[in-house]
Amino acid sequence: MTLAPFDAWHALAGGALIGAAAGGLALMNGRLAGISGVVGSLVAGGVDPGWRIAFLAGLVVAPLAWRLWAPFPGIALAPVPVLVVAGLLVGLGTRYGGGCTSGHGVCGLARASPRSLVATLVFMATGALAVFVVRHVAGY
Amino acid sequence: MPRALVSAFVLGLLFGVGLVLAGMTDPQRVQGFLDVAGAWDPTLAFVMGAALVVATPLFRIARRREQGVCGTPMMLPSRQAIDRRLVAGSAVFGVGWGLAGFCPGPAIVDMGAGIAGAWWFGGAMVAGMLVYGWLARPPGALQPTRLVPQATQDAE
Repeated sequence: MTLAPFDAWHALAGGALIGAAAGGLALMNGRLAGISGVVGSLVAGGVDPGWRIAFLAGLVVAPLAWRLWAPFPGIALAPVPVLVVAGLLVGLGTRYGGGCTSGHGVCGLARASPRSLVATLVFMATGALAVFVVRHVAGY
Repeated sequence: MPRALVSAFVLGLLFGVGLVLAGMTDPQRVQGFLDVAGAWDPTLAFVMGAALVVATPLFRIARRREQGVCGTPMMLPSRQAIDRRLVAGSAVFGVGWGLAGFCPGPAIVDMGAGIAGAWWFGGAMVAGMLVYGWLARPPGALQPTRLVPQATQDAE
């Protein structure tokens, strides 16, 4: 599978939509669009599940809405055992660390939270390390 | 249907469409950003930069309000601690993110697109969260209603 070349306009437009949705959820609902937090709260049976289910439903429906006017972009995934190990680490790590790319990386940085800046620098560093091992050491 | 639910659904949809448009639903693209030793792909930096430019003023307006436009109370997190949990948890998350090229948002969108591998990842992610719940959740962390009332603690 070949990856389409870097396209700054799509990246900027998509990012702007993500920022509008994250800021919009704070403004409209008074809630933080941290996706690991949303899922984690539902998994733990936390209070106030309604808006969380509605927000996740929007995410799940997004590719169906996308397909109304364009084909969903083709993607290539890691082998299933790698996906399972990665999923476990993401589930565990985001709950310990209190957030992921959306909660810390987008919302936290937009709120100028030092805590989220530290989290973002840490997960980008270990993410880069993991990719280095995957692509340049293990090489699958 | 309450306005807050409609709002959350529409904003989730917008978030998801943004992820697809930005190319973030392709793990290779995310790994390309993290691949500083290879053919570096700047997409994620542009996505995050644009998201921050748009989200920052919206959060600034939201911060001044006592409730959301939908009438629900402002419940933005106020935690500020930079501690071992934050750093260790984020480090573990980053390893998983790099291994698969998936973080929770794009994985859920790809699950909606019916991509089998995303379901494996998503299922494992939920399992990881359950493991956290069994091992590590400090009492009341996610369910404030179960916190021991202050008076009871003082009575000891």
